[in-house]
Amino acid sequence: MQILHTDIAIIGGGGAGLRAAIAAAQTDPNCKISLLSKVYPMRSHTVAAEGGAAAVTLGHDSLQAHFDDTVAGSDWLADQDVVDYFVSHAYDELVQLERWGCPWSRRDDGSVLVRRFGGMKTERTWFAADKTGFHILHTLFQTSLQFANIARLDEFFVLDLLVAEQQIAGVLAMQLSTGQLYQIQAKSVILATGGAGRVFHYNTNGGIVTGDGMALAYRHGVALRDMEFVQYHPTGLPGSGILITEASRGEGGILLNKDGYRYLQDYGLGPETPLGKPENKFMELGPRDKLSQAFWHEQQKGRTGNYGEHAVVYLDLRHLGSSYLNERLPFICELAKSYVNVDPAKALIPIRPAVHYTMGGILTDGQCQTSIAGLYAIGECASVGLHGANRLGSNSLTELLVFGKVAGVAAVAHAKQSKTLPVSALNGQSQQLQHQLQARFGAKQSESVASLRKAMTLAMEQGCGIYRTTEGMQQCLTTLQQLKQRYQQLQISDHSRIFNYELLQHYELGFGLDVAEAMCASALARQESRGAHQRLDQGMQSRNDTDYLQHSIAQLMPETAGAAGGSANISYQPVRITKSTPAARLYGDAANKQEPV
Amino acid sequence: MEKTVEKTLVIQRYNPEHDQTPSQQSYQVPFDNSTSVLDALLYIQQSLDPSLAFRWSCRMAICGSCSVMVNGIPKLGCKTFLREYSGDLLLEPLAHFATEKDLVSDMTLFLQHLQAVKPYLIRQEQSAATTPASKPQPHKQTPKQLAKYRKFSSCINCGLCYAACPQFGLNPEFLGPAALTLAQRYNLDSRDQGKAERMPQLNGKNGVWGCTFVGFCSDVCPKHLDPAAAVNQGKVASATDFVIGLFKP
Repeated sequence: MQILHTDIAIIGGGGAGLRAAIAAAQTDPNCKISLLSKVYPMRSHTVAAEGGAAAVTLGHDSLQAHFDDTVAGSDWLADQDVVDYFVSHAYDELVQLERWGCPWSRRDDGSVLVRRFGGMKTERTWFAADKTGFHILHTLFQTSLQFANIARLDEFFVLDLLVAEQQIAGVLAMQLSTGQLYQIQAKSVILATGGAGRVFHYNTNGGIVTGDGMALAYRHGVALRDMEFVQYHPTGLPGSGILITEASRGEGGILLNKDGYRYLQDYGLGPETPLGKPENKFMELGPRDKLSQAFWHEQQKGRTGNYGEHAVVYLDLRHLGSSYLNERLPFICELAKSYVNVDPAKALIPIRPAVHYTMGGILTDGQCQTSIAGLYAIGECASVGLHGANRLGSNSLTELLVFGKVAGVAAVAHAKQSKTLPVSALNGQSQQLQHQLQARFGAKQSESVASLRKAMTLAMEQGCGIYRTTEGMQQCLTTLQQLKQRYQQLQISDHSRIFNYELLQHYELGFGLDVAEAMCASALARQESRGAHQRLDQGMQSRNDTDYLQHSIAQLMPETAGAAGGSANISYQPVRITKSTPAARLYGDAANKQEPV
Repeated sequence: MEKTVEKTLVIQRYNPEHDQTPSQQSYQVPFDNSTSVLDALLYIQQSLDPSLAFRWSCRMAICGSCSVMVNGIPKLGCKTFLREYSGDLLLEPLAHFATEKDLVSDMTLFLQHLQAVKPYLIRQEQSAATTPASKPQPHKQTPKQLAKYRKFSSCINCGLCYAACPQFGLNPEFLGPAALTLAQRYNLDSRDQGKAERMPQLNGKNGVWGCTFVGFCSDVCPKHLDPAAAVNQGKVASATDFVIGLFKP
């Protein structure tokens, strides 16, 4: 085993990890930063974000309005002090990216353009056409290249955290190109590994989005918070789940059922807004949870169409015209052409909801610190308290930047005052991992990583979908527990060291099973409907603030923790409410009638 | 849709742990109208042979991972469809790069070349390495100024243009289409003041003049960002730079 020493190890080279790395490098040019990623950083899934990043920008907008939209969007499950911090630092971070060269779309006078987005009362979403995540990621990656104290460890896969005396001591990782194990000793570790959408069958996520960091922390006793809240994006392509951005609707696109009817008006989002005149928080600009739920109801009513074996509704962009589409939504045009053979200027795009985002994640405080000293978590793998029960589109790209910076600065401060680590304890942990790894190799079996993974993703889709029932979730939980048993018996048939993807996927599946179980157990325990968690059970179909205005906390039962063993224990934690008391969550005309509160 | 029709994929296999030379292996893959080369590779890995190594992630032509040679032409696996081929498909790792295993190419050189052109905004008053004292505001940049470099900022770093570039094949030190395009992307950005710092690389023996304008790089670019045009704009800049240099004291 190779041993490396560093001050800060950052796990994940997406938007959050890169922003943290740059912040740390700027804070202390003498700090040694190691950026580990299981893929080259520019392959990270931030690359696929399309629509934009939110920050209060226009004169008639206000931080209070962004706060209110985010808190209402979260169905009052966001921590309001965190939302406050977020909205007040959002603009500076987007400006910082501009100063680093991000090609934001512009007005004629050269100022930055903002677009409409779902659940946002005012236009405040910065964008770079419809490849915002791509441009943010590449801008950060390219900017990071000028810092001599950021050492990249590309295609390094983290297998475990090194923890001694409730203090982080580093990570154990494998270099994929050689199979070599590395003990990387670090004073601070930042987890920035992204979400876990791949535990579901139909999702908008890249193959790498497997919940690794969540499981790594969870197995060391760190809680996963609000895991039941999984966002279905209303507009994925049927089958593949490829993302068709919400910006399509921000720019004026409409949703139609099989009869050509704008069905959203039947679900508390109306009245219908005129074609080509989108109105904030009406109809197609409602929040994602409501829109995905509306699809489910349309399907129940038999008003969805078919695309192959998939039920679909339709996104109509035809009225925007090809030149406007090419300016604002060129990637959507390319994706529609390549993957469903549709020219959006001429025909309807078949779409349906697909799992998109993990609202929950590794429990941190407002400074991104976890319950292990020196261990931080940021971005989609974390639950800093921003999104609650439903994330608003364009808040997550900004989150990567705002909290990436917070964690980078905090990790430097921690590394400076951190004591020397008990190396003997680390060696014991490293040897144990090496033995566990060796024991996983064996002969080819009838069961495979692929077959178990498919069983997991289908079970999650069945049991933890847009609408949930006690029976369905119990069935799902039983299936997951059986899969975890079978996983323990599963052997890796490929014994090679170099780029052993069966080994990599074996680990990813183990991570995914732990995360999926935490999601399902958290969902089963929450006996109400809130945001993205909707139940059909009697007495649980509406929000219940008396009993459930609380974050769920999933913890792995310690006696059997590690490598997809153990089971989730669920408890609750209060939500931090500072100024917005829970009210009815209304959109469309209903919201206007409600105001002023 | 029933996937009853099958196609033969011939894949170059190579594991340096035990193979002296690469060999070929055939697989039968069911397909329909929507099956991409990446879908076919995933089918093989999941159902036939878990030891097959290839990179992938987004499956929507934006992460740049799944580059392979299909019948000798560099392609993104996720944006190339089996229906486009009447006969068998031959899949090989990218040309001009060392092969690490099966369809996995060594991208180290590519990343070095990207880094060499200083692909970040350079401002005279301050670099990103120093924290600015006052609260920064966005630069102004009109849509017209944005349009000058926007296309060249869309490179997904897939490396297909290097597999297409005969010069890179002959001289791995040649910075190559993507890196030269990236240099041009920053040189053309109205906010940038770092052109003088990039010109030595561009003018050097492994810079723009290495390009013989074959143009195959632009043909294979999955994002149609025309690296050949960027490189040749770079030649004009380089020549101007040279002429100005002659008259400078």
